[in-house]
Amino acid sequence: MFGTGKMMNRAIFRLLAAGAALSGLSGVAAALETGRPQPWQMGLQAPATPVAENIAWFHNSLLLPIITVISLFVLMLLVIIVTRFNERKNPTPSKTTHHTMLEVAWTVVPVLILVIIAIPSFRLLKEQIVIPKSDITIKVTGKQWYWTFEYAKDSGGVGFDSIMLSDEDIAKAVKNGAKKDDLPRLLAVDNEAYVPVNKVVRVQVTAADVIHAFAIQSFGVKIDAVPGRLNETWFKATKEGVYYGQCQELCGKDHAFMPVVIRVVSQEKYDAWLKTQKQARLTDAPQFAQTEAAPAAVIR
Amino acid sequence: MFSTNHKDIGTLYFILAIAGGIVGGILSIAMRMELQEPGLQYFSNPHTFNVFVTGHGLIMVFFMAMPALIGGFGNWFVPLMIGAPDMAFPRMNNISFWLTPAALLLLVISMFVEGPPGSNGVGGGWTVYPPLSTSGQPGPAMDFAILSLHLAGAASILGAINFIVTIFNMRAPGMTLHRMPLFVWSILVTAFLLVLSLPVLAGAITMLLTDRNFGTTFFAPEGGGDPILFQHLFWFFGHPEVYVIILPGFGLISQIISTFSRKPVFGYLGMAYAMVAIGFVGFIVWAHHMYTTGISLGAQQYFVAATMVIAVPTGVKIFSWIATMWGGSLRFTTPMVWAIGFVFLFTVGGVTGVVLANAGADRVLHDTYYVVAHFHYVLSLGAVFAIFAGWYYWFPKISGYVIPEWIGKLHFAIAFVGANTLFFPQHFLGLAGMPRRYVDYPDAFAGWNYVSSIGSYIFAAGMLVFFFGVAYAFVRKEKAGNNPWGEGANTLEWTLSSPPPFHQFNTLPRITGSDHH
Repeated sequence: MFGTGKMMNRAIFRLLAAGAALSGLSGVAAALETGRPQPWQMGLQAPATPVAENIAWFHNSLLLPIITVISLFVLMLLVIIVTRFNERKNPTPSKTTHHTMLEVAWTVVPVLILVIIAIPSFRLLKEQIVIPKSDITIKVTGKQWYWTFEYAKDSGGVGFDSIMLSDEDIAKAVKNGAKKDDLPRLLAVDNEAYVPVNKVVRVQVTAADVIHAFAIQSFGVKIDAVPGRLNETWFKATKEGVYYGQCQELCGKDHAFMPVVIRVVSQEKYDAWLKTQKQARLTDAPQFAQTEAAPAAVIR
Repeated sequence: MFSTNHKDIGTLYFILAIAGGIVGGILSIAMRMELQEPGLQYFSNPHTFNVFVTGHGLIMVFFMAMPALIGGFGNWFVPLMIGAPDMAFPRMNNISFWLTPAALLLLVISMFVEGPPGSNGVGGGWTVYPPLSTSGQPGPAMDFAILSLHLAGAASILGAINFIVTIFNMRAPGMTLHRMPLFVWSILVTAFLLVLSLPVLAGAITMLLTDRNFGTTFFAPEGGGDPILFQHLFWFFGHPEVYVIILPGFGLISQIISTFSRKPVFGYLGMAYAMVAIGFVGFIVWAHHMYTTGISLGAQQYFVAATMVIAVPTGVKIFSWIATMWGGSLRFTTPMVWAIGFVFLFTVGGVTGVVLANAGADRVLHDTYYVVAHFHYVLSLGAVFAIFAGWYYWFPKISGYVIPEWIGKLHFAIAFVGANTLFFPQHFLGLAGMPRRYVDYPDAFAGWNYVSSIGSYIFAAGMLVFFFGVAYAFVRKEKAGNNPWGEGANTLEWTLSSPPPFHQFNTLPRITGSDHH
């Protein structure tokens, strides 16, 4: 169903080679904790970029406590009402239907709470939308049902399709020595996109057929891939590791089967990867020779 | 069948809503069965799962919630509560009902004709975003769905006009706007939302239709169009639409809480105008559904601010319900326990809405199960709980028979446990990043999905109790009397027999005091 035969085998081989090169380092071990959902997880994924850290702070330290307190406050009032103002304890109902101070209070207090929320909210929003000077530009195109990555000319100029590994692919890879944990079902792909750690990566996102959405949960990144538009977002990953995302806009039959994988590595590893990619391109991927991301053509 | 009597038409709407609810419910149980475990269990073609998602959404919104709340309760009780003999346009009322089952039929047909090449049905979600709904699914299924939405929309517009005219012109002497029961206020605001928003949907899906069939390119970039335009148009309708579903629920809850607290509603005017405010602001927040489409920073800032404003009138409503009960003499009848459940669960759904309003936080939550949990808390545990509260409240008036209290309370207990087991874990799934509309998910999400599926079976078991209760009431035939709820129930419908005579209010009632709300 997802890519076939020879091409797939070659892709898996390349993946395994890359994995083997990395396996001596702590990056792989750390990847097990971050960059992907955990069983019975109840909160956000561990953040791996400054933006994601701020989202986590905003949600975990501000929004979640506020909404929890409000919900418990309402619950407490209801419990008091049910215990005190039932017809046995309070046979004659009061006739109060107005209390101006009270009504003003429950209008003004929520407004104040909203203002408290709004200030960090706007700061966070601006941080997400305004893209700092970038080191690397990658164009990502959503297609039914895989992603195409193209690195801008000044960012290496390589390009490849990134297709989900089917259960059979994973089984085959595991038989050939890959660790099962490194190839999570529905998340692992044949060609991972590498980026260097601590570098600002500008991602330009578009689509070739229907709308998709490019998302990496632990980067705090989500942007729709819309045909005819070039959307932009950015991230600066501060921890090495493998980060998984999934398509987040309904795009047809295999919507659930087009993950995104970003592997964050050191600059040296990244350079080495670029080199192997360029060699691979010379031998088997001529279709990307012309590609070039176009930062000037951003549509807002 | 061809009756123009508002009570008969209301009953027909209820029958349609129950049929729609059964179909939509079966679709959702099928989805939860599939999602109970990772891997593909029942849907060998994932497109079919998308068809179920789409069908569940459209049917529950257009053929369950709206017919029950507006068509059913609205038709039955707006004329009764304002002291009118019938609706203003009885014949139009009849056609606006009969367009709706025709629309449902078209939607059901769409599930059995070709959508994308080689598969049947519409799998574009209830939002039917192009290009997935144009070039992505060239088969006639989408055309059937579009025509279905057109018919359902036309039916709702006709019904809404009918309500507006009825409420403005046919109130009994002395029933001023500021003495109207809050349920009537809620239907009035809802009707305005429908009249103003549905034509925009009709325009958008007509453009979709011509893009599909007549070579226009409104939404196709290759011809100079823009897929995002559709999203703006859709959500300009779609956001008011969710208030169309919840506002009548607000009205119902106000009536019930007031009745069983034996107190008038606290802050009546504030309650009425909070609904007007929610309705108004509901029209200027649509792009908070579109934070990730690439809209500019300024636009996102505006929509964050506007969306958070909605929390204020909503808070007024929650606290006014609490204040209505405060100091009251509460009787925990079946409708009342549903209403109290509504207040709490709607609060939970409301506060997650505040989280999602913030574009910064929505960045990681958009299109995840967090959103699914949020809107099911406000619509499934909100609007649906309100529908059941209203059903148990007015069933004696509608049928003349009593549903035994223990059945209604058993149904409530099962539904409360089931719905929370079903939807609360979905917050966790969303925070961890599980996207919506997925037929299969990474293994890490298995745990909470399993819990969620169990919850859906519990809720379904509660529905069996519900159907048993209705059937049992008709078999047992325990007479309800004019007013089974005692002195708190002081709106006009309780002055009539149960069920009310075919033509009520041959001499119009005269309202003097302010106690009729």
